[in-house]
Amino acid sequence: MSAPAAIEVTNLSKTYDTVDAVKNLSLTVQHGEIFGLLGPNGAGKSTTLRILITTLSPTTGTATILGHDVVKEADTVRRLIGYVAQERAIDRFLTGREHLLLLADLYHLKKDEALARIETLLKLVNLEEHADRVAKGYSGGMKRKLDIACGLLPNPKILFLDEPTLGLDVQSRLNIWDHVRKLKEQGMTIVMTTNYLDEADQLCDRIAIIDRGEIRAIGSPKDLKASLGGDGIWLTLSDATPEALDQLTTALQGLPFVRGIRPRENGLDIRVDGPEKALPAIMETTTKVGCLLDGIEYHRPRLDDVFVAHTGRSLTNEPAPLEA
Amino acid sequence: MNEQIQEVLALTNRWVKRLSREKFSMLFTLIQPMLFWLIFFGNLFQRAADVQVVQAPNYMSFLAAGVVVMTVLNNGLAGGVDLLFDKENGFLERLMATPIRRSSVILSRFLFVMAITGMQILVILGVAFLFGVSAETGILGIALILVLGMLFGIGLTSISMAMAFSVKSHGDFFSVLGFLSLPMIFLSSALVPLVAMPGWMQFFAIFNPMTWVIDAVRPLIISGWSEALPQVGIALVVLIAFDALCLYGGAKAFKRSVG
Repeated sequence: MSAPAAIEVTNLSKTYDTVDAVKNLSLTVQHGEIFGLLGPNGAGKSTTLRILITTLSPTTGTATILGHDVVKEADTVRRLIGYVAQERAIDRFLTGREHLLLLADLYHLKKDEALARIETLLKLVNLEEHADRVAKGYSGGMKRKLDIACGLLPNPKILFLDEPTLGLDVQSRLNIWDHVRKLKEQGMTIVMTTNYLDEADQLCDRIAIIDRGEIRAIGSPKDLKASLGGDGIWLTLSDATPEALDQLTTALQGLPFVRGIRPRENGLDIRVDGPEKALPAIMETTTKVGCLLDGIEYHRPRLDDVFVAHTGRSLTNEPAPLEA
Repeated sequence: MNEQIQEVLALTNRWVKRLSREKFSMLFTLIQPMLFWLIFFGNLFQRAADVQVVQAPNYMSFLAAGVVVMTVLNNGLAGGVDLLFDKENGFLERLMATPIRRSSVILSRFLFVMAITGMQILVILGVAFLFGVSAETGILGIALILVLGMLFGIGLTSISMAMAFSVKSHGDFFSVLGFLSLPMIFLSSALVPLVAMPGWMQFFAIFNPMTWVIDAVRPLIISGWSEALPQVGIALVVLIAFDALCLYGGAKAFKRSVG
Protein backbone atom coordinates (compact mmCIF):
# COMPACT_ATOMS: atom_id res chain seq x y z
CA MET A 1 0.00 0.00 0.00
CA SER A 2 1.32 3.43 -0.94
CA ALA A 3 1.97 6.21 1.56
CA PRO A 4 -1.16 8.21 2.44
CA ALA A 5 -1.86 11.39 0.51
CA ALA A 6 -1.27 14.69 2.30
CA ILE A 7 -5.00 15.19 2.58
CA GLU A 8 -7.81 12.87 1.64
CA VAL A 9 -11.36 14.13 1.87
CA THR A 10 -14.20 11.70 1.23
CA ASN A 11 -17.88 12.57 0.87
CA LEU A 12 -17.61 15.35 3.40
CA SER A 13 -20.80 17.17 4.41
CA LYS A 14 -21.54 19.80 7.00
CA THR A 15 -25.07 20.90 7.80
CA TYR A 16 -25.95 23.87 9.98
CA ASP A 17 -29.53 23.58 11.18
CA THR A 18 -31.05 23.06 7.75
CA VAL A 19 -28.40 24.72 5.60
CA ASP A 20 -25.89 22.53 3.79
CA ALA A 21 -22.61 24.44 4.07
CA VAL A 22 -20.67 21.63 2.44
CA LYS A 23 -22.26 18.88 0.36
CA ASN A 24 -20.62 15.54 -0.34
CA LEU A 25 -17.21 16.97 -1.01
CA SER A 26 -14.28 14.76 -2.01
CA LEU A 27 -10.75 15.74 -2.92
CA THR A 28 -7.13 14.68 -2.58
CA VAL A 29 -4.19 16.96 -1.93
CA GLN A 30 -0.77 15.63 -2.95
CA HIS A 31 2.44 16.13 -1.03
CA GLY A 32 4.24 19.35 -1.78
CA GLU A 33 1.54 21.10 -3.76
CA ILE A 34 -0.23 24.38 -3.18
CA PHE A 35 -3.90 23.58 -3.24
CA GLY A 36 -6.47 26.35 -3.44
CA LEU A 37 -10.10 26.33 -2.43
CA LEU A 38 -11.61 29.02 -4.62
CA GLY A 39 -15.09 30.38 -4.26
CA PRO A 40 -17.20 33.36 -3.25
CA ASN A 41 -17.96 34.15 0.39
CA GLY A 42 -20.23 31.55 1.92
CA ALA A 43 -19.36 28.95 -0.70
CA GLY A 44 -18.21 26.45 1.90
CA LYS A 45 -14.44 26.81 1.56
CA SER A 46 -13.96 28.13 5.08
CA THR A 47 -16.16 25.39 6.49
CA THR A 48 -14.03 22.83 4.66
CA LEU A 49 -10.84 24.40 5.97
CA ARG A 50 -12.14 24.45 9.53
CA ILE A 51 -13.00 20.77 9.34
CA LEU A 52 -9.48 20.02 8.10
CA ILE A 53 -7.87 21.96 10.95
CA THR A 54 -10.10 20.04 13.40
CA THR A 55 -11.97 23.03 14.81
CA LEU A 56 -15.26 21.90 13.28
CA SER A 57 -16.54 18.37 12.98
CA PRO A 58 -18.23 17.17 9.81
CA THR A 59 -21.85 16.02 9.80
CA THR A 60 -20.97 13.06 7.58
CA GLY A 61 -17.97 11.90 5.60
CA THR A 62 -14.30 11.74 6.55
CA ALA A 63 -11.11 13.67 6.12
CA THR A 64 -7.59 12.48 6.84
CA ILE A 65 -4.36 14.44 7.18
CA LEU A 66 -1.31 12.31 6.38
CA GLY A 67 -3.51 9.30 7.06
CA HIS A 68 -4.89 10.56 10.39
CA ASP A 69 -8.61 11.11 10.80
CA VAL A 70 -9.44 14.74 11.69
CA VAL A 71 -12.12 13.68 14.16
CA LYS A 72 -10.82 10.48 15.74
CA GLU A 73 -7.17 11.54 15.79
CA ALA A 74 -7.67 15.27 16.13
CA ASP A 75 -4.80 15.69 18.55
CA THR A 76 -2.32 13.95 16.22
CA VAL A 77 -3.55 16.04 13.32
CA ARG A 78 -3.09 19.24 15.32
CA ARG A 79 0.55 18.33 15.90
CA LEU A 80 1.13 17.95 12.16
CA ILE A 81 -0.47 21.11 10.84
CA GLY A 82 0.05 24.84 11.02
CA TYR A 83 -2.79 27.31 10.72
CA VAL A 84 -2.52 30.83 9.39
CA ALA A 85 -5.66 32.48 10.67
CA GLN A 86 -7.30 35.56 9.24
CA GLU A 87 -5.62 38.71 10.44
CA ARG A 88 -8.44 39.79 12.71
CA ALA A 89 -7.60 36.77 14.87
CA ILE A 90 -4.77 38.71 16.45
CA ASP A 91 -4.78 39.86 20.05
CA ARG A 92 -4.14 43.57 19.71
CA PHE A 93 -2.88 43.84 23.28
CA LEU A 94 -0.06 41.35 22.77
CA THR A 95 3.19 41.99 20.94
CA GLY A 96 4.18 39.89 17.97
CA ARG A 97 6.71 38.01 20.05
CA GLU A 98 4.15 37.33 22.78
CA HIS A 99 1.83 35.74 20.23
CA LEU A 100 4.60 33.38 19.25
CA LEU A 101 5.60 32.67 22.85
CA LEU A 102 2.00 31.83 23.71
CA LEU A 103 1.73 29.44 20.78
CA ALA A 104 5.10 27.90 21.64
CA ASP A 105 3.66 26.91 25.01
CA LEU A 106 0.52 25.58 23.41
CA TYR A 107 2.68 23.40 21.15
CA HIS A 108 4.63 22.38 24.27
CA LEU A 109 7.99 23.58 23.04
CA LYS A 110 10.87 23.82 25.49
CA LYS A 111 11.81 27.36 26.44
CA ASP A 112 15.19 27.59 24.68
CA GLU A 113 13.92 25.74 21.62
CA ALA A 114 10.96 28.14 21.47
CA LEU A 115 13.13 31.24 21.75
CA ALA A 116 15.48 30.07 19.01
CA ARG A 117 12.67 29.17 16.66
CA ILE A 118 10.83 32.43 17.29
CA GLU A 119 14.00 34.36 16.45
CA THR A 120 14.35 32.47 13.18
CA LEU A 121 10.72 32.98 12.25
CA LEU A 122 10.72 36.69 13.01
CA LYS A 123 13.74 37.01 10.75
CA LEU A 124 12.11 34.89 8.06
CA VAL A 125 8.97 37.01 7.84
CA ASN A 126 10.90 40.23 8.34
CA LEU A 127 9.17 41.30 11.50
CA GLU A 128 12.13 41.54 13.89
CA GLU A 129 12.05 45.27 14.45
CA HIS A 130 8.33 45.27 15.27
CA ALA A 131 8.36 42.08 17.33
CA ASP A 132 8.07 43.89 20.65
CA ARG A 133 5.36 46.34 19.71
CA VAL A 134 1.76 45.52 20.61
CA ALA A 135 -0.15 44.34 17.58
CA LYS A 136 -2.64 47.20 17.87
CA GLY A 137 -0.29 49.35 15.79
CA TYR A 138 0.49 46.74 13.14
CA SER A 139 -0.43 47.32 9.51
CA GLY A 140 -2.42 44.71 7.62
CA GLY A 141 0.75 43.40 6.04
CA MET A 142 2.56 43.12 9.36
CA LYS A 143 -0.36 41.24 10.90
CA ARG A 144 -0.25 38.85 7.98
CA LYS A 145 3.46 38.25 8.49
CA LEU A 146 2.82 37.55 12.15
CA ASP A 147 0.04 35.15 11.15
CA ILE A 148 2.40 33.28 8.89
CA ALA A 149 5.04 33.09 11.60
CA CYS A 150 2.35 31.71 13.94
CA GLY A 151 1.39 29.12 11.35
CA LEU A 152 5.00 28.04 10.87
CA LEU A 153 5.88 27.89 14.56
CA PRO A 154 5.01 24.20 15.03
CA ASN A 155 7.20 23.30 12.05
CA PRO A 156 4.18 21.83 10.29
CA LYS A 157 4.02 19.26 7.51
CA ILE A 158 0.95 20.96 6.10
CA LEU A 159 0.16 24.64 6.31
CA PHE A 160 -3.40 25.95 6.09
CA LEU A 161 -4.00 29.56 5.12
CA ASP A 162 -7.37 31.24 5.41
CA GLU A 163 -7.73 34.03 2.84
CA PRO A 164 -4.05 34.93 3.17
CA THR A 165 -4.18 38.22 1.29
CA LEU A 166 -7.70 39.43 2.02
CA GLY A 167 -7.73 43.21 2.14
CA LEU A 168 -3.99 43.64 1.64
CA ASP A 169 -2.35 46.20 -0.61
CA VAL A 170 -0.62 45.03 -3.78
CA GLN A 171 2.90 45.13 -2.36
CA SER A 172 1.96 43.08 0.70
CA ARG A 173 0.12 40.56 -1.43
CA LEU A 174 3.16 39.95 -3.60
CA ASN A 175 5.19 39.64 -0.44
CA ILE A 176 2.90 36.96 0.98
CA TRP A 177 2.88 35.10 -2.32
CA ASP A 178 6.67 35.03 -2.25
CA HIS A 179 6.63 33.54 1.22
CA VAL A 180 4.17 30.87 0.20
CA ARG A 181 6.22 29.96 -2.86
CA LYS A 182 9.37 29.67 -0.77
CA LEU A 183 7.61 27.34 1.64
CA LYS A 184 6.54 25.15 -1.24
CA GLU A 185 10.14 25.03 -2.46
CA GLN A 186 11.09 23.68 0.95
CA GLY A 187 8.65 20.85 0.38
CA MET A 188 5.74 22.02 2.47
CA THR A 189 2.19 21.12 1.46
CA ILE A 190 -0.03 24.18 1.47
CA VAL A 191 -3.81 24.49 1.45
CA MET A 192 -5.40 27.88 1.16
CA THR A 193 -8.80 29.42 0.70
CA THR A 194 -9.17 32.44 -1.51
CA ASN A 195 -11.78 34.37 -3.37
CA TYR A 196 -9.20 36.08 -5.54
CA LEU A 197 -8.94 34.57 -9.00
CA ASP A 198 -5.50 35.93 -9.75
CA GLU A 199 -4.22 34.51 -6.49
CA ALA A 200 -5.56 31.07 -7.30
CA ASP A 201 -4.25 31.36 -10.83
CA GLN A 202 -0.71 32.41 -10.02
CA LEU A 203 -0.04 30.71 -6.73
CA CYS A 204 -1.87 27.39 -6.73
CA ASP A 205 -0.76 24.18 -8.40
CA ARG A 206 -4.30 22.93 -8.30
CA ILE A 207 -7.57 24.47 -7.31
CA ALA A 208 -11.03 23.30 -6.43
CA ILE A 209 -13.78 25.68 -7.44
CA ILE A 210 -16.41 25.56 -4.73
CA ASP A 211 -19.84 27.06 -4.98
CA ARG A 212 -22.85 26.53 -2.74
CA GLY A 213 -21.03 23.82 -0.82
CA GLU A 214 -20.10 21.70 -3.82
CA ILE A 215 -16.99 21.27 -5.91
CA ARG A 216 -17.73 22.44 -9.43
CA ALA A 217 -14.33 21.79 -10.95
CA ILE A 218 -10.94 20.64 -9.81
CA GLY A 219 -7.56 20.74 -11.52
CA SER A 220 -4.60 22.95 -12.32
CA PRO A 221 -5.47 26.47 -13.46
CA LYS A 222 -3.92 25.63 -16.83
CA ASP A 223 -5.99 22.49 -17.35
CA LEU A 224 -9.15 24.16 -16.18
CA LYS A 225 -8.63 26.96 -18.65
CA ALA A 226 -7.80 24.55 -21.46
CA SER A 227 -10.95 22.57 -20.72
CA LEU A 228 -13.00 25.59 -21.74
CA GLY A 229 -12.13 24.74 -25.32
CA GLY A 230 -9.91 27.36 -26.81
CA ASP A 231 -9.52 31.12 -26.78
CA GLY A 232 -12.56 33.27 -26.46
CA ILE A 233 -13.91 35.88 -28.85
CA TRP A 234 -16.78 37.91 -27.53
CA LEU A 235 -19.00 39.69 -30.00
CA THR A 236 -21.39 42.39 -28.95
CA LEU A 237 -24.04 43.33 -31.48
CA SER A 238 -25.95 46.59 -31.52
CA ASP A 239 -29.06 44.81 -32.84
CA ALA A 240 -28.89 41.57 -30.89
CA THR A 241 -32.31 40.16 -31.72
CA PRO A 242 -32.70 36.39 -31.29
CA GLU A 243 -33.18 36.02 -35.05
CA ALA A 244 -30.00 37.91 -35.83
CA LEU A 245 -28.04 35.85 -33.31
CA ASP A 246 -29.43 32.61 -34.73
CA GLN A 247 -28.56 33.62 -38.23
CA LEU A 248 -25.05 34.64 -37.24
CA THR A 249 -24.49 31.46 -35.25
CA THR A 250 -25.45 29.32 -38.20
CA ALA A 251 -23.13 31.24 -40.48
CA LEU A 252 -20.19 31.08 -38.06
CA GLN A 253 -20.58 27.36 -37.37
CA GLY A 254 -19.38 26.67 -40.86
CA LEU A 255 -15.96 28.20 -40.24
CA PRO A 256 -13.19 25.62 -39.77
CA PHE A 257 -11.44 27.11 -36.72
CA VAL A 258 -14.57 27.72 -34.65
CA ARG A 259 -14.85 25.16 -31.85
CA GLY A 260 -17.97 26.26 -30.11
CA ILE A 261 -20.50 29.08 -29.87
CA ARG A 262 -22.53 30.13 -26.89
CA PRO A 263 -24.87 33.07 -26.51
CA ARG A 264 -23.96 35.81 -24.08
CA GLU A 265 -25.55 39.11 -23.23
CA ASN A 266 -26.19 41.06 -26.48
CA GLY A 267 -23.88 38.82 -28.41
CA LEU A 268 -21.97 35.58 -28.74
CA ASP A 269 -19.08 33.82 -27.02
CA ILE A 270 -17.10 32.06 -29.72
CA ARG A 271 -14.35 29.56 -28.90
CA VAL A 272 -11.58 29.40 -31.50
CA ASP A 273 -8.17 27.78 -31.97
CA GLY A 274 -6.31 31.05 -32.36
CA PRO A 275 -7.00 34.68 -33.19
CA GLU A 276 -5.04 35.18 -36.42
CA LYS A 277 -7.45 33.71 -38.93
CA ALA A 278 -10.51 33.67 -36.77
CA LEU A 279 -10.79 37.38 -36.04
CA PRO A 280 -10.92 38.65 -39.64
CA ALA A 281 -13.14 35.79 -40.75
CA ILE A 282 -15.61 36.36 -37.96
CA MET A 283 -15.80 40.07 -38.68
CA GLU A 284 -16.30 39.39 -42.35
CA THR A 285 -19.05 36.87 -41.69
CA THR A 286 -20.80 39.23 -39.33
CA THR A 287 -20.89 41.95 -41.96
CA LYS A 288 -22.03 39.49 -44.59
CA VAL A 289 -24.98 38.35 -42.48
CA GLY A 290 -25.89 41.99 -41.96
CA CYS A 291 -25.31 42.29 -38.21
CA LEU A 292 -24.03 45.52 -36.79
CA LEU A 293 -20.95 44.94 -34.68
CA ASP A 294 -20.82 47.01 -31.52
CA GLY A 295 -17.70 45.51 -30.04
CA ILE A 296 -15.31 42.60 -30.32
CA GLU A 297 -13.10 41.27 -27.60
CA TYR A 298 -10.45 38.61 -27.75
CA HIS A 299 -8.87 36.94 -24.77
CA ARG A 300 -7.04 33.83 -23.80
CA PRO A 301 -9.09 31.79 -21.38
CA ARG A 302 -9.02 33.24 -17.87
CA LEU A 303 -9.83 31.59 -14.60
CA ASP A 304 -12.79 33.92 -14.42
CA ASP A 305 -14.20 32.20 -17.50
CA VAL A 306 -13.68 28.84 -15.83
CA PHE A 307 -15.52 30.12 -12.82
CA VAL A 308 -18.39 31.47 -14.89
CA ALA A 309 -18.56 28.27 -16.91
CA HIS A 310 -18.86 26.12 -13.79
CA THR A 311 -20.95 28.28 -11.50
CA GLY A 312 -22.91 30.40 -13.93
CA ARG A 313 -21.73 33.62 -12.31
CA SER A 314 -18.67 35.73 -11.94
CA LEU A 315 -16.53 36.31 -8.86
CA THR A 316 -17.21 40.01 -8.58
CA ASN A 317 -15.07 40.92 -5.61
CA GLU A 318 -11.83 40.52 -7.48
CA PRO A 319 -9.26 43.30 -7.12
CA ALA A 320 -7.49 44.73 -10.11
CA PRO A 321 -5.21 42.04 -11.55
CA LEU A 322 -1.53 42.50 -10.80
CA GLU A 323 -0.36 41.56 -14.24
CA ALA A 324 -1.75 40.25 -17.48
CA MET B 1 -0.04 16.73 33.01
CA ASN B 2 3.07 18.89 32.65
CA GLU B 3 1.88 19.84 29.21
CA GLN B 4 -1.46 20.98 30.55
CA ILE B 5 0.18 23.11 33.21
CA GLN B 6 2.28 24.73 30.50
CA GLU B 7 -0.87 25.42 28.47
CA VAL B 8 -2.91 26.83 31.34
CA LEU B 9 -0.09 29.06 32.57
CA ALA B 10 0.54 30.44 29.10
CA LEU B 11 -3.15 31.17 28.55
CA THR B 12 -3.59 32.71 32.01
CA ASN B 13 -0.52 34.82 31.40
CA ARG B 14 -2.24 36.18 28.32
CA TRP B 15 -5.24 37.37 30.34
CA VAL B 16 -2.91 39.05 32.82
CA LYS B 17 -0.95 40.74 30.02
CA ARG B 18 -4.12 41.97 28.37
CA LEU B 19 -5.33 43.51 31.60
CA SER B 20 -1.97 45.13 32.34
CA ARG B 21 -1.90 46.71 28.87
CA GLU B 22 -5.21 48.42 29.50
CA LYS B 23 -4.26 50.79 32.26
CA PHE B 24 -7.70 52.29 32.69
CA SER B 25 -9.38 48.98 32.63
CA MET B 26 -6.97 47.73 35.25
CA LEU B 27 -7.62 50.71 37.50
CA PHE B 28 -11.37 50.31 37.20
CA THR B 29 -11.08 46.60 37.73
CA LEU B 30 -9.71 47.20 41.19
CA ILE B 31 -11.73 50.31 41.99
CA GLN B 32 -14.89 48.82 40.63
CA PRO B 33 -18.38 50.18 40.67
CA MET B 34 -19.27 47.76 43.43
CA LEU B 35 -17.29 49.96 45.77
CA PHE B 36 -19.79 52.75 45.10
CA TRP B 37 -22.51 50.55 46.52
CA LEU B 38 -20.55 50.20 49.70
CA ILE B 39 -19.48 53.83 49.95
CA PHE B 40 -22.59 55.63 48.74
CA PHE B 41 -25.39 53.21 49.40
CA GLY B 42 -23.83 52.20 52.71
CA ASN B 43 -23.50 55.76 53.95
CA LEU B 44 -26.82 56.93 52.49
CA PHE B 45 -28.77 54.31 54.33
CA GLN B 46 -26.65 54.43 57.46
CA ARG B 47 -29.44 56.30 59.25
CA ALA B 48 -32.41 55.34 57.12
CA ALA B 49 -31.91 51.63 57.72
CA ASP B 50 -33.21 50.29 60.99
CA VAL B 51 -30.53 48.37 62.88
CA GLN B 52 -33.31 46.36 64.52
CA VAL B 53 -34.33 45.17 61.09
CA VAL B 54 -30.90 44.54 59.58
CA GLN B 55 -29.66 42.95 62.82
CA ALA B 56 -26.22 44.55 62.55
CA PRO B 57 -24.29 47.26 64.39
CA ASN B 58 -24.97 49.59 61.47
CA TYR B 59 -26.05 49.44 57.83
CA MET B 60 -22.51 49.70 56.45
CA SER B 61 -21.43 46.57 58.28
CA PHE B 62 -24.60 44.84 57.12
CA LEU B 63 -24.02 45.84 53.51
CA ALA B 64 -20.34 44.78 53.37
CA ALA B 65 -21.22 41.09 52.87
CA GLY B 66 -23.70 41.99 50.16
CA VAL B 67 -21.15 44.06 48.28
CA VAL B 68 -18.53 41.31 48.52
CA VAL B 69 -20.91 38.82 46.92
CA MET B 70 -22.16 41.39 44.39
CA THR B 71 -18.56 41.71 43.24
CA VAL B 72 -18.34 37.97 42.80
CA LEU B 73 -21.60 38.09 40.86
CA ASN B 74 -20.45 40.81 38.50
CA ASN B 75 -17.04 39.29 37.88
CA GLY B 76 -18.45 35.85 37.41
CA LEU B 77 -21.17 36.89 35.00
CA ALA B 78 -18.68 38.95 32.99
CA GLY B 79 -16.06 36.19 33.15
CA GLY B 80 -16.88 34.81 29.73
CA VAL B 81 -16.74 38.11 27.85
CA ASP B 82 -13.15 37.77 26.71
CA LEU B 83 -13.80 34.29 25.39
CA LEU B 84 -16.78 35.71 23.52
CA PHE B 85 -14.52 38.22 21.80
CA ASP B 86 -11.98 35.47 21.11
CA LYS B 87 -14.73 33.45 19.54
CA GLU B 88 -15.90 36.36 17.42
CA ASN B 89 -12.53 37.42 16.08
CA GLY B 90 -11.22 33.94 15.45
CA PHE B 91 -8.55 33.85 18.15
CA LEU B 92 -10.33 30.94 19.81
CA GLU B 93 -10.16 29.06 16.54
CA ARG B 94 -6.42 29.69 16.42
CA LEU B 95 -6.10 28.25 19.93
CA MET B 96 -8.30 25.27 19.12
CA ALA B 97 -6.17 24.37 16.10
CA THR B 98 -3.24 23.74 18.46
CA PRO B 99 -2.78 20.43 20.30
CA ILE B 100 -4.02 21.73 23.64
CA ARG B 101 -6.48 20.05 25.95
CA ARG B 102 -9.78 21.78 25.28
CA SER B 103 -10.24 22.36 29.00
CA SER B 104 -7.09 24.49 29.29
CA VAL B 105 -8.80 27.55 27.83
CA ILE B 106 -11.60 27.24 30.38
CA LEU B 107 -9.23 26.58 33.26
CA SER B 108 -7.14 29.63 32.43
CA ARG B 109 -10.26 31.74 32.54
CA PHE B 110 -11.32 30.32 35.92
CA LEU B 111 -7.87 30.93 37.32
CA PHE B 112 -7.76 34.52 36.11
CA VAL B 113 -11.29 35.49 37.13
CA MET B 114 -10.85 33.92 40.55
CA ALA B 115 -7.57 35.75 41.15
CA ILE B 116 -9.10 39.10 40.19
CA THR B 117 -12.20 38.42 42.26
CA GLY B 118 -10.07 37.51 45.26
CA MET B 119 -8.17 40.77 45.01
CA GLN B 120 -11.36 42.77 44.69
CA ILE B 121 -12.88 41.14 47.74
CA LEU B 122 -9.80 42.17 49.69
CA VAL B 123 -10.11 45.74 48.39
CA ILE B 124 -13.76 45.87 49.46
CA LEU B 125 -13.00 44.51 52.90
CA GLY B 126 -10.20 47.06 53.12
CA VAL B 127 -12.51 49.94 52.25
CA ALA B 128 -15.10 48.62 54.69
CA PHE B 129 -12.38 48.62 57.32
CA LEU B 130 -11.77 52.33 56.62
CA PHE B 131 -15.45 52.90 57.42
CA GLY B 132 -15.02 51.04 60.68
CA VAL B 133 -16.17 47.59 59.63
CA SER B 134 -13.73 44.83 60.51
CA ALA B 135 -14.35 41.10 60.20
CA GLU B 136 -15.25 39.61 63.57
CA THR B 137 -13.74 36.28 62.59
CA GLY B 138 -10.37 37.76 61.65
CA ILE B 139 -7.93 36.49 59.02
CA LEU B 140 -9.36 32.99 59.02
CA GLY B 141 -12.82 34.42 58.46
CA ILE B 142 -11.54 36.48 55.55
CA ALA B 143 -9.92 33.38 54.07
CA LEU B 144 -13.25 31.58 54.35
CA ILE B 145 -15.00 34.55 52.69
CA LEU B 146 -12.53 34.21 49.81
CA VAL B 147 -13.25 30.47 49.53
CA LEU B 148 -17.01 31.07 49.47
CA GLY B 149 -16.55 33.82 46.91
CA MET B 150 -14.45 31.59 44.65
CA LEU B 151 -16.91 28.71 44.90
CA PHE B 152 -19.78 30.98 43.89
CA GLY B 153 -17.58 32.54 41.21
CA ILE B 154 -16.84 29.20 39.56
CA GLY B 155 -20.52 28.54 38.94
CA LEU B 156 -21.17 32.08 37.72
CA THR B 157 -18.16 32.06 35.41
CA SER B 158 -19.39 28.74 34.01
CA ILE B 159 -22.76 30.31 33.24
CA SER B 160 -21.04 33.24 31.60
CA MET B 161 -18.77 31.05 29.49
CA ALA B 162 -21.69 28.82 28.52
CA MET B 163 -23.48 31.94 27.37
CA ALA B 164 -20.42 33.18 25.52
CA PHE B 165 -20.25 29.90 23.60
CA SER B 166 -23.97 29.80 22.89
CA VAL B 167 -25.00 33.34 21.92
CA LYS B 168 -25.06 34.45 18.32
CA SER B 169 -23.65 37.91 18.98
CA HIS B 170 -22.13 39.84 21.84
CA GLY B 171 -25.16 42.14 21.78
CA ASP B 172 -27.24 39.21 23.00
CA PHE B 173 -24.67 38.44 25.64
CA PHE B 174 -24.68 41.92 27.14
CA SER B 175 -28.49 42.16 27.01
CA VAL B 176 -28.84 38.98 29.03
CA LEU B 177 -26.08 40.10 31.38
CA GLY B 178 -27.64 43.50 32.04
CA PHE B 179 -31.01 41.89 32.48
CA LEU B 180 -29.76 39.29 34.93
CA SER B 181 -27.56 41.19 37.33
CA LEU B 182 -29.93 43.69 38.99
CA PRO B 183 -32.76 41.25 39.79
CA MET B 184 -30.13 38.88 41.15
CA ILE B 185 -29.04 41.61 43.56
CA PHE B 186 -32.48 42.87 44.58
CA LEU B 187 -33.86 39.37 44.91
CA SER B 188 -31.22 38.42 47.44
CA SER B 189 -30.31 39.36 50.97
CA ALA B 190 -27.63 41.79 49.75
CA LEU B 191 -29.44 45.02 50.66
CA VAL B 192 -32.14 43.88 53.09
CA PRO B 193 -32.31 40.73 55.24
CA LEU B 194 -34.59 37.98 54.03
CA VAL B 195 -37.05 38.41 56.91
CA ALA B 196 -37.60 42.08 56.13
CA MET B 197 -38.50 41.51 52.48
CA PRO B 198 -41.99 41.56 50.99
CA GLY B 199 -43.28 38.00 50.81
CA TRP B 200 -43.08 37.57 47.04
CA MET B 201 -39.50 38.89 46.90
CA GLN B 202 -38.57 36.69 49.80
CA PHE B 203 -39.92 33.74 47.86
CA PHE B 204 -37.59 34.43 44.92
CA ALA B 205 -34.66 35.30 47.16
CA ILE B 206 -34.78 31.86 48.80
CA PHE B 207 -34.09 30.27 45.41
CA ASN B 208 -31.24 32.66 44.71
CA PRO B 209 -27.92 31.00 45.62
CA MET B 210 -26.55 34.48 46.21
CA THR B 211 -28.77 34.80 49.30
CA TRP B 212 -27.16 31.76 50.89
CA VAL B 213 -23.65 32.92 50.17
CA ILE B 214 -24.38 36.38 51.59
CA ASP B 215 -26.01 34.89 54.66
CA ALA B 216 -22.81 32.94 55.30
CA VAL B 217 -20.43 35.83 54.60
CA ARG B 218 -22.38 38.30 56.73
CA PRO B 219 -22.00 36.61 60.13
CA LEU B 220 -18.33 36.07 59.33
CA ILE B 221 -18.06 39.86 59.17
CA ILE B 222 -20.50 41.09 61.84
CA SER B 223 -21.13 38.23 64.28
CA GLY B 224 -18.51 35.57 64.92
CA TRP B 225 -17.75 31.91 64.42
CA SER B 226 -20.58 30.38 66.42
CA GLU B 227 -23.22 32.13 64.35
CA ALA B 228 -21.32 31.88 61.10
CA LEU B 229 -20.39 28.19 60.97
CA PRO B 230 -23.88 26.71 60.49
CA GLN B 231 -24.55 29.29 57.76
CA VAL B 232 -21.24 28.47 56.09
CA GLY B 233 -22.18 24.79 56.14
CA ILE B 234 -25.48 25.47 54.39
CA ALA B 235 -23.78 27.77 51.88
CA LEU B 236 -21.21 25.09 51.02
CA VAL B 237 -23.95 22.57 50.28
CA VAL B 238 -25.83 25.10 48.14
CA LEU B 239 -22.65 26.09 46.30
CA ILE B 240 -21.57 22.54 45.54
CA ALA B 241 -24.97 21.83 44.01
CA PHE B 242 -24.94 25.16 42.17
CA ASP B 243 -21.43 24.63 40.79
CA ALA B 244 -22.15 21.07 39.72
CA LEU B 245 -25.18 22.27 37.77
CA CYS B 246 -23.34 25.20 36.19
CA LEU B 247 -20.25 23.20 35.29
CA TYR B 248 -22.39 20.54 33.67
CA GLY B 249 -24.27 23.11 31.62
CA GLY B 250 -21.07 24.96 30.77
CA ALA B 251 -19.32 21.80 29.64
CA LYS B 252 -22.25 20.96 27.39
CA ALA B 253 -22.29 24.40 25.79
CA PHE B 254 -18.53 24.27 25.31
CA LYS B 255 -18.65 20.83 23.69
CA ARG B 256 -21.40 21.95 21.36
CA SER B 257 -19.43 25.01 20.35
CA VAL B 258 -15.89 23.72 19.89
CA GLY B 259 -16.34 19.95 19.75
